[in-house]
Amino acid sequence: MGVNERKKRVLIAKPGLDGHDRGAKFIARALRDGGFEVIYTGIRRTPEEIAAAAVQEDVAAIGLSSLSGGHNRLFPAVIEALAKINGSDIQVLGGGVIPTEDIPALKEAGIREIFTPGTPIEIIIQSFQEACDLHYRHRSA
Amino acid sequence: MSDHPKYKAWQENLLKKSLDRFPERKPEFTNHGGREIPRLAVPDTIDAKYLDQLAFPGQYPFTRGVQPTMHRGRLWTMRQYAGFSTAAESNKRYRYLLDQGTTGLSIAFDLPTQIGYDSDDPMSCGEVGKVGVAIDSLADMEALFDRIPLDQVSTSMTINSPAIVLLAMYVAVAEKQGVSPEKLKGTIQNDVLKEYVARGTYIFPPRPSLRIITDIFQWCAGNIPTFNTISISGYHIREAGSTAIQEVAFTLANGCTYVQAALDAGLEIDVFARRLAFFFNASSNLLEEVAKFRAARRLWARLMKDRFGATSPASQMLRFHTQTAGHTLTAQQIDNNIVRVTIQALSAVLGGTQSLHTNSRDEALSLPTEASVMTALRTQQIIAHESGVAETIDPLAGSYYIEQLTDSIEKGALELVNTIDESGGVVAAIEGGFIQRQIENASYDYQQEIEKGERLIVGVNKFQVDEDCRPSLLKIDPTVEQQQVSNLAKVKANRNNERVALALAGLAKAADSDDNLMEPILTAVREYATLGEICNILRKVFGEYRDKG
Repeated sequence: MGVNERKKRVLIAKPGLDGHDRGAKFIARALRDGGFEVIYTGIRRTPEEIAAAAVQEDVAAIGLSSLSGGHNRLFPAVIEALAKINGSDIQVLGGGVIPTEDIPALKEAGIREIFTPGTPIEIIIQSFQEACDLHYRHRSA
Repeated sequence: MSDHPKYKAWQENLLKKSLDRFPERKPEFTNHGGREIPRLAVPDTIDAKYLDQLAFPGQYPFTRGVQPTMHRGRLWTMRQYAGFSTAAESNKRYRYLLDQGTTGLSIAFDLPTQIGYDSDDPMSCGEVGKVGVAIDSLADMEALFDRIPLDQVSTSMTINSPAIVLLAMYVAVAEKQGVSPEKLKGTIQNDVLKEYVARGTYIFPPRPSLRIITDIFQWCAGNIPTFNTISISGYHIREAGSTAIQEVAFTLANGCTYVQAALDAGLEIDVFARRLAFFFNASSNLLEEVAKFRAARRLWARLMKDRFGATSPASQMLRFHTQTAGHTLTAQQIDNNIVRVTIQALSAVLGGTQSLHTNSRDEALSLPTEASVMTALRTQQIIAHESGVAETIDPLAGSYYIEQLTDSIEKGALELVNTIDESGGVVAAIEGGFIQRQIENASYDYQQEIEKGERLIVGVNKFQVDEDCRPSLLKIDPTVEQQQVSNLAKVKANRNNERVALALAGLAKAADSDDNLMEPILTAVREYATLGEICNILRKVFGEYRDKG
């Protein structure tokens, strides 16, 4: 199967204890409608559980959602957990209630994009598309 | 002015009794110019339909309100939900709010506390003190209520799965303050069923959760009889994306489930039902929300009377707290949120709420600053003292639209309640994912309308501006977690660990039997057993629930 025909597989995940998943579920479904294959972890997963699920499900990208203020620790923890299990080629994106000043450090830690409230869904879908393309290009290279 | 005998009877009995006991806020209510504002406007001709569907305030089916004088007698409780970082920091915010004229406390706990983890648990890492205050042991609870006499405030605690532990700590703090339990006023949320479909802070599976809840009902009836033992919440269901009808239906269906569980445990309906409270969302569709509150009140009264045979009016009354809709607040042009909150708060007051939290303008960005909280509280005070809407009861009654909408929300909600019943009840509907799917579909449709521009959100998909000035936001001190962990270590070092172990063993035994859990938990918290230790005992006996995603 070539890069373009490959079904784009992504994981939407809720790290930490935050139970607000209205946004995560919306993104999951909108991506599905946009032709992605989407796995949603459900709420309250540890970074290690998320990384393991991503590798096991062979996804190209992970979308993390947090509204509780725990993103500064939890998002980088997912990157670290991926590195430990040889999953660093999986692209990680994030969203939620995230203050602008936290974004540079999160990107520095390896989060590809951060989406804040009000980001139009097409932009989010486009970013997942790019993340998937990048992942599959790495794979086939 | 109607002289219908039922109207006269209401005036001479229910109203008179109420006025004799609790005079209204002012000797007379007049507008500028001295014209009297009527307490209650009624139709010229009171007919059977009016008596059946609306009746008079304080009277079945309570469409027009639960008390005969409503906000003329007493304004709603202005109750601002707050809590963050350590108990000492939150205590400062509470004392500030009390100084500013807030009339009831509302405690926000951090997520580890809400899910029964201590601050030093690996699961708590990064979440301590973030969305509320961290409570590990009685020592934290003592600091939280330092210099706040518990016989003089009413306290609402947003705590569900571990509500029994936090309630025990509250009672133990009162003991230390020399306040006897029967003087305690307040509410615990204690509504676990909605956690499985909306809010997510469940610990145990639904069935043992229901047992803990009925244990609380039973213990409270005998010990703190005026404490509200549950706040059956539609708020979070709506926040998760439900419609107004779904909010009413799922909330009242949950309510029926708690009532049935308590009846099955052998409790008397007219003993516990009067302590059930409700909690609804006030969203931006002003008229729909007013009708929703009225419909919920009427439907609950009918369910209690017809299904459960509750005869006491206090058991049939739906008393409720309201919070404005967090999900409607935008991160763009945040001052617009003050206007949204005003409209939403107005719907709650027009709908006859008993207490109200108004959200702050900056909540789409972070926890609110003190200045934003002040504006939110002032919004309520302006509605109360300047708008005039609190001076006449149920002012929108009789509007063709409001009455039609009230009827249709009641009908739609009842149909949904019946659907759940026919498919095996709420617990089965949660386990099978029916309720979750309903909410998810409604949420998806709503968001798609926004994405497609069919639903306009000012500042988000219409009337946008470029904003460069960043508002100043509340920052949680990043050292809170270490402080909390080291405080906890001190508590564990200074308590009598043998007595703690003994108390925890007693709790394990009670959990394995049918004994009421409240006394063994009280014994444990008095010995400074931690929230995590207590919940871990219960986890072992009851197991843990896991969301399938």
